[in-house]
Amino acid sequence: MKVGLFIPCYVDMFHPETGIATLELLERFGMSVEYPVDQTCCGQPMTNTGCEREAAKTEELFVRNFEKYDYIVTPSGSCTNQVRNNMTAIDQTDAVKHVRSRTYELVEFLHDVLKVDAFPWAEFPHRVALHNNCNTLRNLRIASMTERREEPFSKPKALLKMVKGIEFTDLTRPDECCGFGGTFSVFEEGVSAKMGQDKVTDQLKSGAEYVTSSDSSCMMHQEGCARRMGANLKYIHIAQILNGARA
Amino acid sequence: MTAELHEELTDPHAEQLDHGGASSQPLKSRISEPQPRGAKIRGNRPVDQSEAANRFMAATEHEAMHDARLWDLRQKRDKEMHGIEEWEELRDLASGIKEHTLSKLDYYLELFEKNATANGIKVHWAKDGAEHNAIVLEILRSKGVELLIKSKSMLTEECGFREFMAHNNVEVIETDLGERIQQLDDEAPSHVVVPAVHKLRTDVASVFAKTIGSDPDNADARYLTECQREATRPLILSAQAGMTGGNFVVAETGTFVVCTNEGNADLSANTPPLHIASIGIEKLIPGLNELPVFIRLLSRSALGSPITQYTSHFRGPREGGEMHVVLVDNGRSERLGMEKFWPGLKCIRCGACMNTCPVFRRSGGLSYGATYAGPIGLIIDPTFNVHKYRNLPYSSTMNGSCTNVCPVKINIHEQIADWRKTLAGEGEISPVKKVMMKAAGEVLASPMVYRASLPLGRSALRHLPHFMLYNKLNTWGRKRDVPETPKQTFNEWYRKNRKSQVEGEKS
Repeated sequence: MKVGLFIPCYVDMFHPETGIATLELLERFGMSVEYPVDQTCCGQPMTNTGCEREAAKTEELFVRNFEKYDYIVTPSGSCTNQVRNNMTAIDQTDAVKHVRSRTYELVEFLHDVLKVDAFPWAEFPHRVALHNNCNTLRNLRIASMTERREEPFSKPKALLKMVKGIEFTDLTRPDECCGFGGTFSVFEEGVSAKMGQDKVTDQLKSGAEYVTSSDSSCMMHQEGCARRMGANLKYIHIAQILNGARA
Repeated sequence: MTAELHEELTDPHAEQLDHGGASSQPLKSRISEPQPRGAKIRGNRPVDQSEAANRFMAATEHEAMHDARLWDLRQKRDKEMHGIEEWEELRDLASGIKEHTLSKLDYYLELFEKNATANGIKVHWAKDGAEHNAIVLEILRSKGVELLIKSKSMLTEECGFREFMAHNNVEVIETDLGERIQQLDDEAPSHVVVPAVHKLRTDVASVFAKTIGSDPDNADARYLTECQREATRPLILSAQAGMTGGNFVVAETGTFVVCTNEGNADLSANTPPLHIASIGIEKLIPGLNELPVFIRLLSRSALGSPITQYTSHFRGPREGGEMHVVLVDNGRSERLGMEKFWPGLKCIRCGACMNTCPVFRRSGGLSYGATYAGPIGLIIDPTFNVHKYRNLPYSSTMNGSCTNVCPVKINIHEQIADWRKTLAGEGEISPVKKVMMKAAGEVLASPMVYRASLPLGRSALRHLPHFMLYNKLNTWGRKRDVPETPKQTFNEWYRKNRKSQVEGEKS
């Protein structure tokens, strides 16, 4: 199985350790993983702002980079949602359709495709609050949602439960958006920051030492708020915990 | 399935407010913080929602009360939802019934007109707000009405009804308490169900002190309600006409249904001999068999109560009285023809999308500067005026919670995304966004240009990449720390540490 690794722009720039953990984790499961070095972005900033035409060339580049792989895996549900559900600025050729249907968020890939049942190397003896990105939650349906009447499930939690020593804390508003929202965080800075502060407060109150998520983007925003607030919370991508990070 | 599925709902840390599901009592306040006002309206210029939202959040007591109050409604709604096993099925049904009715709207409207007329109701047709106002005025003049009582109606807000009547010397008294507060404060409703939810009790005390002479220092809810009742009841009893809206219009019976918690619609409809109901044409449902689907969903979604206190069926005029129904289009036919945006017409105005919306809860409904606030407003308002409301679809993180709580399954967050596309396509996008996205599109399409734009290593540019800062407004850092840039990007690490793979890939 040939896997193409997509490392979103902000992970590449700010959290290379998340990219490294994703790569190593996939390799631990015997995947042959390649990272096409000419990749940039999935096109989400432009699409989210309504500027579909401006996203076209970036989408074309994405497809050129990834069309040769059986699966494309990325440590971001938000970018996966863009590729799978919103990559519509370009002609829907067979290559485009292949890329769109074969792109997986890391947790989904481990849970649904590889059906992983153990992470023997992983141990994380800490109190952890789990954050689900809204695209990952409501569009990829990585977990059940409190506002819907459905059987409760959580793919990230199912994976994390296999990590030795981990303890979960409960948020009062587990599905509340943290206010990142892509370009929303820049264009609507005031509300975005307030939502982020409220999220951090909820995480603190839950007694968490760490926050983890399968999306770095939300955590980058939350961490920025937490630091400014002087909150004693650490943010770590789920790939790192599953890959055996020891805090 | 058990009644309570999600452990989060029984979380002991979760704060539950202690008051009735249908009441709207604000949290306790000790100091009197001035009430933040809504968006600044400057003619047809695009409304700046974030400016007003920032002022609302600066009034921290108001924002905290507003957020807690509406989140409490969301939690109550969740509990009610978990009590109904077939909840998701009900939503499907409700959506299907609305879709069916809207697809045969002309048929059902004519059926209603025929049956209502047979019941003795006079049916009028208004193509827009102006026509609606003129029709109502004519009815009132024909009866010499100078004092009109009315229950809450978003449609009359669309039509600018109260202002019009004031110019024509008809006094209008709102009978819904929250709406009356807003009327006395000369402010629009901030929420479709709880119109004064953005106000603290101290705000209400100050409005009542100025308008009905209550004690400005007494912000006790019971006292304030009593004062209002004393002041308004005599007016209600002497009114010559009453007006209501209509939640559901039943075609097969020629009747209409009004749902309230205060019984104020019944007061408006039954006290005077003349009853006028103003109703949007999208409120049709085929028959009484379909009604319970909506009744079961409406109040549960809105307030987390099983049903509204009053669900009143109006079937025809009382003896010696008159009943009129004004069916209003006001842009609805046009919306019905919009391929992407017609589902907004399924809305039953429960406000669940507002209660769940994290942006709405922190901004206040008046920050939207439009008749409809919150998620449903973002997708309806631009149909009234695309230029004025072009910024509203950006007042959303597109988290999708609104779509999940909508009892008639309007794909709200998808429509928000579609509006952004439509607006950008029509050139109705702010120049800053346009320039930034054009630049981002160019940079991200070229690996070389992109790599050169990154804020690398120990350089002075320890902030977001240039394309994110194109507008020179580094808003990120105002209330958040900017992420530190590591010594190397993943790309650099990979090239260094996985040389053979990079070379293999190139060959």
